[in-house]
Amino acid sequence: MAPERKVKNAQVQRRISQCSNSYQTRLSAWKVREDLNDSKSVPKHRKNSAVEDFEHGDNQVEDALQIAVRYFEKGPIKTSQRKDKTLEGHLKTVENVAWKNGLAPEGIDILLNVALSGRFGSAVNTRIFKCMIPATLISEDSVVKAVSWLCVGKCSGSTKVLFYRWLVAMFDFIDHKEQINLLYGFFFASLQDDALCPYVCHLLYLLTKKENVKPFRVRKLLDLQAKMGMQPHLQALLSLYKFFVPTLISVSLPVRKKIYFKNSENLWKTALLAMRQRNQGLAPEPLKLMLGNVCPVKRKWNSHSVIPVLNSCNYSKESGKKGMNLSDFFSSNGSFPLEQLKSFPQLLQNIHCLELPSQMGAVLNNSLLLHYINCVRDESVLLRLYHWLSQTLQEECIWYKVNNYEHGKEFTNFLDIVIRAECFLQEGFYSCEAFLYKSLPLWDGLCCRSQFLQLVSWIPFSSFSEVKPLLFDHLSRLFFTSTIYFKCSVLQCLKELLQNWLLWLSMDIHLKSVTNSPLETTLGGSMNSVSELIHYVGWLSTTAMRLESNSTFLLHFILDFYEKVCDTYINYNLPLVVLFPPGVFYPALLSLDPSILNQLCYILDRYRKNLTAAKENELVPKTKSEFSFSSKTYQEFNHYLTAMVGCLWTSKPFQKGLYIDAKALEKAAVAEYKNSLNLVHHPAFMSYTVSFLLQEWPEERTVNMSSIRGKKWNWYLDYLFSEGFQGLKLFIQSSIHHSSVP
Amino acid sequence: MDSYNAPESTPRQNATSRLKDYFIGATPLQKRLESVRKQTSFVPTPPRRKLPQCSQLQEDVDPQKVAFLLHKQWTLYSLTPLYKFSYTNFKEYSKLLSAFIAAEKQKGLAVEVGDDFNIKVIFSTLLEMKGTQRDPEAFLVQILTKSQLPSEHREGKVLWTGWFCCIFGDSLLETVSEDFTCLPLFLANGAETNTAIIGTWFQKTFDCYFRPLAINAFNLSWLAAMWTACKMDRYMATTEFLWSVPCSPQSLDISYAIHPEDAKALWDSVHKTPGEVTQEEVDLFMDCLYSHFHRHFKIHLSATRLVRVSTSVASAHTDGKIKILCHKYLIGVLAYLTELAIFQIE
Repeated sequence: MAPERKVKNAQVQRRISQCSNSYQTRLSAWKVREDLNDSKSVPKHRKNSAVEDFEHGDNQVEDALQIAVRYFEKGPIKTSQRKDKTLEGHLKTVENVAWKNGLAPEGIDILLNVALSGRFGSAVNTRIFKCMIPATLISEDSVVKAVSWLCVGKCSGSTKVLFYRWLVAMFDFIDHKEQINLLYGFFFASLQDDALCPYVCHLLYLLTKKENVKPFRVRKLLDLQAKMGMQPHLQALLSLYKFFVPTLISVSLPVRKKIYFKNSENLWKTALLAMRQRNQGLAPEPLKLMLGNVCPVKRKWNSHSVIPVLNSCNYSKESGKKGMNLSDFFSSNGSFPLEQLKSFPQLLQNIHCLELPSQMGAVLNNSLLLHYINCVRDESVLLRLYHWLSQTLQEECIWYKVNNYEHGKEFTNFLDIVIRAECFLQEGFYSCEAFLYKSLPLWDGLCCRSQFLQLVSWIPFSSFSEVKPLLFDHLSRLFFTSTIYFKCSVLQCLKELLQNWLLWLSMDIHLKSVTNSPLETTLGGSMNSVSELIHYVGWLSTTAMRLESNSTFLLHFILDFYEKVCDTYINYNLPLVVLFPPGVFYPALLSLDPSILNQLCYILDRYRKNLTAAKENELVPKTKSEFSFSSKTYQEFNHYLTAMVGCLWTSKPFQKGLYIDAKALEKAAVAEYKNSLNLVHHPAFMSYTVSFLLQEWPEERTVNMSSIRGKKWNWYLDYLFSEGFQGLKLFIQSSIHHSSVP
Repeated sequence: MDSYNAPESTPRQNATSRLKDYFIGATPLQKRLESVRKQTSFVPTPPRRKLPQCSQLQEDVDPQKVAFLLHKQWTLYSLTPLYKFSYTNFKEYSKLLSAFIAAEKQKGLAVEVGDDFNIKVIFSTLLEMKGTQRDPEAFLVQILTKSQLPSEHREGKVLWTGWFCCIFGDSLLETVSEDFTCLPLFLANGAETNTAIIGTWFQKTFDCYFRPLAINAFNLSWLAAMWTACKMDRYMATTEFLWSVPCSPQSLDISYAIHPEDAKALWDSVHKTPGEVTQEEVDLFMDCLYSHFHRHFKIHLSATRLVRVSTSVASAHTDGKIKILCHKYLIGVLAYLTELAIFQIE
């Protein structure tokens, strides 16, 4: 298939660009690490010390390794009996260190020399090769030197094979490849050797650049193919050549071939995996990773993208042409083909006879069809979407599978598309909710954080107590153990969730007055669910404030949430007012940040307006609903209000319900505390007070804050309002009678 | 401070209808979500199950077809309900699928439906392969090569086989409307490239979704216990367990073979409730095996991972491969696998 070929090419391209770009950048990152290590270890070693120390403090192991390497460097001592034992001992040492930490570039350099110089038997050489695992990098010079040994002809055929396999496996760890590429001709000549040919092919496949593709090489390869038959490794190299210079090769090559090379690196596979993790700074826990549930990885059936292509039942047309009667199961009679659907008016005209896509998942990419989904009554359409989406989410979810993190980008993109659709519809998908149930307990809080939290904010409205054990308990566990930034993003997402729920409910209440919705009996239940959500966030906020030692940053996000909460009655016309907990109110009141205080004033003012409106409605007998707020809510509000006015305005803070021992105050040197929280002396406003005084009376030599009273107090207020404290303004205008200017 | 008074965008009317549905709990979608919630909040598998038994229904299954299903290695997939699938259209499906396969194999060249290809696709039902009468009929898809010679035996060898079934799938059946056919368990035998092509065709045609079905160690021990518990006239194979120890450089496999009669004796000693298997019994059974092994080899098998179980009834591998040996318990084995498949698609 044509697209198939495209994919193949893309793979080749990726392969090539990986060689040249991404690996290089990664290597340079390691290089820095290595240099750091160098600078640390140089003073500790003699200059010719062959082995670098990667395990500081474990000197014994390191010394043993040095001795072992030096032993190999010098060659075997010709005293038959003892030789075997010492050799074995040294080999063991090298193997242990190599498997555990890998070997330094110098060590590899020496061992490579030893293995290829033929000083030891091929059994020893094999073992040396198997444990030649780099700690960080392999220097290019070592490889070039090693290749020069191949020309001397001292090593056996099997050692050569092993060398090539090793080279292929370690290819990405060689620091530079320019000089190796200069040896391209030498490698190419080695294709003659039947035993080496597959491995050399693989090496060349990795090494080939466009300028390496020459007509004489193509001819040689075709000769080889004529001689040896269609070998997959030769085909691989040929297809790469053809990709670079299509004009040179006219033979047709199979496109669908999947495995060109037998896994020549698998001798070192686990070691390489461990090394990659080490180098990327991940916790060295290969065991744990392997213990995880190893799902069989399904090769992508639909190779191009996760979301199916928009296709109206594609077989019906074919069959129509052939005169087969398939309309029984593909209802296509007089329907409007999707391919022609281009505009919204078209959708409106044909909405009754729209031919639906063969795979419902395709609607995610088509906003017109999303409109359709939005108003369709047909439950099967939604069920098809439900099944497809929930399976795809689980199949693509990267933390479900071991070592699946390279598909992270793909999954993120997919989630973005799903979220875009949810925003477009202003409605969450049930499949996303079901996916959250399963995946949230396994989530690390990092992967696709922004997307994942957005999914949470689109959870369809439901009973909070039912969803809590499935979702929010897991979320709070992550919340408490993560950074302040995570906490803020969670609060933000819960604010959006609350907003979405309120919108849904407000629409329904609106309908209720017109029609007799069956919701009537359960409205109390849904209000309950919302208030449970708000209490849950209140609990999170209180604890988070303690954990983050009253961080202003966090408090901003918490108050943002309560800005939504305080306006439920007026903005959403829902009979619900939930106040914030003291754990939020007092830290905000005593905050050092003026904008926090301003926000608090605004929220308190909105609470007041909502509660007043509710009270007024209750007094009108006709509109009196069965939902009246408990007097406790009013009491709580009044309590907060008294505290606010007492602190900021009347300088009589905390007169009720709070007793502070006078001695304790004296000890803290704040015996005169009464006015220290008013608008003038409040730490958050202190800088404004000073600049107000300096601005109005620049000639005054001392700043006398207590002088702000009476008329000055009013000027000061105007000054504050002009500085943008609108919340404060609203609060003072509504909650304080101006006769009471202190 | 403008943002403070910004009115919210007006929500759509539609949300309300869904909301109503939510409270009535009537739509199939709601039922699905309810069942997912139940699945997630409780233990994933019921703590007790019925012992697999030779069911009456199964006696009617064509013995030739059953024999065909036995002794083959099947790769398991879970499958979401098929949309607008019809048992009466097998002929058309055969034509369309073979055209699709031919098109895929010929790298995207246009192919006409109904042309003569060198492959043949056969759809056929597996009559009475079901747990209850409510279960939809199982069906079989076979891909055969046609030999080039125009002899009498035109039908060559079987390239690929796959079958779809649903045994005791009540929990799934309740949550879908009549446009859908629920056959949550799909078993394939043959090259994976073929499975991919055929799977893609089904996904495109019936808007369903295939996912490989792995069997985790927890479920493998259930299988081991239930299969050991089965009464056999004659044991055909030893009971064998395979554990995998993740260690470097190569992982280590521990194989543990037991004479089937010994395994049965052990099971009988831990088994109490007749006709049923409980979670405690399964745990006890495995613990006995572990402690026996530990006594001899000082290795705690419980710290390793169970990857394969084979008995005279069937053998199963954690990566979702299964081989059924005993036709008597075919339905019982499939019932458990159906349960796993349904769990995966919820």
